[in-house]
Amino acid sequence: MFKKEGKKEVPAMETSSISDIVFMFLFFFMVTTQLRSTENKVQVRIPSASEAVKLERKDLSSYINVGTPIRSLQAQYGNETRIQLNDSFRTTKDIRDFVAAERESMSEADRAFMTVCIKADQNTRMGIITDIKQELRRCSALKIMYSATRTQD
Amino acid sequence: MGKRSTPGLNTSSTADIAFLLLCYFLMTSTMGSHTGLSRRLPPMPDENQKAQEQKVNRRNIILVRINSQDALFAGTEPIDVSQLKDKIKIFLTNPTNLPNLPEKKMEDIKGLGEKRLVSQGVISLQNDRGTSYQAYIAVQNELVKAVNELRDEAAMAEFGRTFFALNEDQQDIIKAMVPQQISEAEPKDVTKKRR
Repeated sequence: MFKKEGKKEVPAMETSSISDIVFMFLFFFMVTTQLRSTENKVQVRIPSASEAVKLERKDLSSYINVGTPIRSLQAQYGNETRIQLNDSFRTTKDIRDFVAAERESMSEADRAFMTVCIKADQNTRMGIITDIKQELRRCSALKIMYSATRTQD
Repeated sequence: MGKRSTPGLNTSSTADIAFLLLCYFLMTSTMGSHTGLSRRLPPMPDENQKAQEQKVNRRNIILVRINSQDALFAGTEPIDVSQLKDKIKIFLTNPTNLPNLPEKKMEDIKGLGEKRLVSQGVISLQNDRGTSYQAYIAVQNELVKAVNELRDEAAMAEFGRTFFALNEDQQDIIKAMVPQQISEAEPKDVTKKRR
């Protein structure tokens, strides 16, 4: 009787909130992740350990990658185990400069807390790791961390 | 003249823009959970200074050795990685006060105000140049696990909570009671000469 006449249209879906949701996602990822600063040039399959603890100050850590070059670089560099500092292949002798440069980039108060994170492939021989450790001792970067994934047991 | 209504801003594309940004950050970032085993290296001995032999009683040292075939030795006998933890725990606690296991010393624990028996045991870890990193980490992990379990037990006895649940001061007390003494031996020159 009192029914209004006129077309019954399904109202268009409200899309304005999608962007808000996506922005929330975006902020979540921006907070929980860190920018990838260097490109991996060596294959690193990190060993696992049940007692691994979280790295406390990520901004105070520098990384030494040890492993065989990735497949696309093997033609150029061979498949011997190499050390990667920042973006290039280096030898143990360059660690001294690397540590000095990393120290320089930190504020004076933070230098004592610098951690060197050794990311080595699980098939690496200990010889090269020992060399790295000796070199780190020589330039008194004594806080180190063996990178390992945490496993539940 | 009728009221002219302003047309609503078309916002459907902001979602696309936000998605693009999201994808960009997803590609360029790494998930931030970096874990590992923390260690402190001993400082390099001064060259001018005469290397003074640290006199440590033989009974206070357990030698954990990994050879180039990744075989593990604790003391003198070969041992499996899975048994290492218990061996280390017995070594560090010395429950029956055997004369060939580490001695215990009464020590003042800072913050506790009481004296407690502290084991003097030192774990000496040696590896060959040919040892694989994986085996090395597995052994390190077992050593840390042994110490962590002992600390948990000490925390339970002292404060009635696990080590993890304690506050920082209490953790320091427990750390003093159960020190983590892992010494990594100086690399030997013997293997270097062979190359």
